[in-house]
Amino acid sequence: MLRKILSPFARLFEFHARTHYRTERHSMALTLGIIVAAGVGGFVEIAPLFTIDETVEAAPDMRLYTPLEQAGRDIYIREGCYACHSQMIRTLQDEVDRYGPYSLAVESQYDHPMLWGSKRTGPDLARLGNKYSDDWHVRHLVDPRAVVPESVMPQYAFLLDTTLETESLPDRLAALRAVGVPYSDEQIANADADARGQARPDTDAADGVSERYGDATSVRHFDGQRDRVTEMDALVAYLQILGGLTDAAFANQPLGED
Amino acid sequence: MMERLTGAERQIALMICVVMAIVGLVMAAAGHSDPLGIHGAIVLVAAAIMTCFVLRAIGEPEPAEDRTNSYYDDPTKAGLVIALFWAVVGMGMGVWVAAQLAWPDLRFDAAWSSFGRIRPVHTSGVIFGFGGNALIATSYHVMQRTSRARLAGHVSPWFVLLGFNLFCIIAASGYLIGVTQSKEYAEPEWYADIWLVIVWVVYFVLYIRTLARRNEPHIYVANWYYLAFILVVAILHIVNNLAVPASLTGAKSYSAFAGVQDAMTQWWYGHNAVAFFLTAGFLGMLYYFLPKRAERPIYSYRLSILSFWGIVFFYIWAGSHHLHYTALPQWVQTLGMTFSVMLLVPSWASAGNALMTLNGAWHKVRDDATLRFMMVAAVFYGLSTFEGSFMAVRAVNSLSHYTDWTVGHVHAGAMGWVALITFGSIYSVVPLLWKRETMYSWKLVEWHFWLALSGTVIYVFAMWNSGIIQGLMWRTYTESGTLAYSFTDTLVAMHPYYVARACGGALFLTGAILAAYNVYMTIRHAPEKHPERDYPTSSEAAEPAVPAAE
Repeated sequence: MLRKILSPFARLFEFHARTHYRTERHSMALTLGIIVAAGVGGFVEIAPLFTIDETVEAAPDMRLYTPLEQAGRDIYIREGCYACHSQMIRTLQDEVDRYGPYSLAVESQYDHPMLWGSKRTGPDLARLGNKYSDDWHVRHLVDPRAVVPESVMPQYAFLLDTTLETESLPDRLAALRAVGVPYSDEQIANADADARGQARPDTDAADGVSERYGDATSVRHFDGQRDRVTEMDALVAYLQILGGLTDAAFANQPLGED
Repeated sequence: MMERLTGAERQIALMICVVMAIVGLVMAAAGHSDPLGIHGAIVLVAAAIMTCFVLRAIGEPEPAEDRTNSYYDDPTKAGLVIALFWAVVGMGMGVWVAAQLAWPDLRFDAAWSSFGRIRPVHTSGVIFGFGGNALIATSYHVMQRTSRARLAGHVSPWFVLLGFNLFCIIAASGYLIGVTQSKEYAEPEWYADIWLVIVWVVYFVLYIRTLARRNEPHIYVANWYYLAFILVVAILHIVNNLAVPASLTGAKSYSAFAGVQDAMTQWWYGHNAVAFFLTAGFLGMLYYFLPKRAERPIYSYRLSILSFWGIVFFYIWAGSHHLHYTALPQWVQTLGMTFSVMLLVPSWASAGNALMTLNGAWHKVRDDATLRFMMVAAVFYGLSTFEGSFMAVRAVNSLSHYTDWTVGHVHAGAMGWVALITFGSIYSVVPLLWKRETMYSWKLVEWHFWLALSGTVIYVFAMWNSGIIQGLMWRTYTESGTLAYSFTDTLVAMHPYYVARACGGALFLTGAILAAYNVYMTIRHAPEKHPERDYPTSSEAAEPAVPAAE
């Protein structure tokens, strides 16, 4: 019985083995076969993500990273924070209870590259923004174990002493525009001044930030130092905007329901 | 290194070195205020050293003998030695990062020594440095023997090997100074990526040209895997690294993709780096060195066909299982899960094929630690592919994802399968290449085997425990319906396992150091012996015609 059911497969298998015996004498046949066989899956899974509209939700209130926040994001990448912190709350009850509404695709729409992460040695950071004060972040980054004694996070005290390099920000924003982030010419041209202005509320440059990025943009001394703009300013500004680019996640998910 | 090159080949080598030096100089000058400049200086120094090396040999006498009568093993030898060097560096870094998680003060105070910066040095060091060099070196060896032909070229094998190592050095040094794209296992920036594409194209051409020279009608199965490794890694590398540099005088670039599309592309790359770098290439090793060492033919030709095409076709789909329950559309998650489960069939077909090949040679497995390395590698391959399919199931993944279980799974594959098959292959090929009787010390091989096995087992058990405990703690509720544990509580619970993991890794590292010492002593001190019939001959000359299956 079993033999009967399997016999067509056996014949197919036999045929395949014979055909293979002939084709494996040709290196180019193998090359093409490998490219085709390996090409299918990636194409079927990736290409539609660019064409199906529902893949990324619409969020009219979605805002862009300011130059200072983008500089902070680049520091986050440089230091490899993503190796231990995810930025992707999954659609599981305990994650929503622990971290907040689950992450939507639109929230990382302008994240080149995304920082969803793959490992939580530390907690998820997708909704970290405004959860702690700037002062807490600075103390925590300077000496994590002074704030959380059990922490195994590395200390990043040097960020507080390192002046933020802002001259390259117009180039960086232009590159981001080239890959699809809708920065305006004005935003790109003023990126350098805006980055410094956002961390120095008492200067003229600060006004331009609210003008170009909206009144809701936080303009303050993120690292507590009044006289200079440091890498700490940028990183804290970035950490404080995490989860705050759009309210879409809160709007779509009525909290308090199971 | 240079004595087997003709005058014309030496001139080509010199030209390449000079061009590289100019490229390095331009990079150093253009990027003088950026990490790019440091990398330019590294390229310049590397090219200068090679230029001196070639210049010294340029007037030396040319090879007199007919080169087609022998195999070209110099690049293989160099590749194996470099692979062992990277093994010690990469695994040493691994032990350090593991120790930092148990004792965070071991981070010290430098900017470069934080977990986030040295972790990719560990991953790239072992995957690309150790694994990549071992793959390139063994592929040179295997394609020549199975094709019964000498390598098609004398400069290009060196270009591929040394060019690849330049990529590895730029990658590793870049992480330490903060140059990274943040894409896991694809961290190097745009200029390093472009360089790797050039190296890889040369590698592919070299492979195809050597196959074209073969004195054997059939292309042996090991070569299918090496070929799949070269081709698919090229596709993955190019697509996932598409990016726009912020400036041509700076290292920083931004990925062409964002958010959900970037996540899918990254894990399509990431999972298939596992498939085609850490599996296909090493299966090539397995299919050659295991039957060779056991002196048994591969158990089933048809199983090899089934598993090869199964792996090439199914694996590509599996990447989205890294993104269960995320903002990735559900249909892609489901496809990823389905294909991951189906992937078990070709994976176990390979593992089973390898183990069945040992039938009739089990006494050799008992007595010969080298063959035992390969046998245990096949077992770990079977175990970790089963675990991988299991973890790709959504319900399991909801527990295992983001925890150390994933780390343990990766290391069961990386240490138990990839590293063990590599060490087994190195031990079987080193005496042949250096024309020695045996390895310098079989006792050290035996020690290495038990150190590696116990290190792997300790590591994997520690990570299973910590991963499952942490996953369960995260989702535990109190009776009143609130979460029972803070994140910090779960972190405290991890400490003993992090200590155990660092110890397991240290055992494994000790084994690798013994291997490096043993290989060094074999090259320097083992008695000589010339292997029989290790030169290119056509199959008709060597043995009666193979009966066709048709």
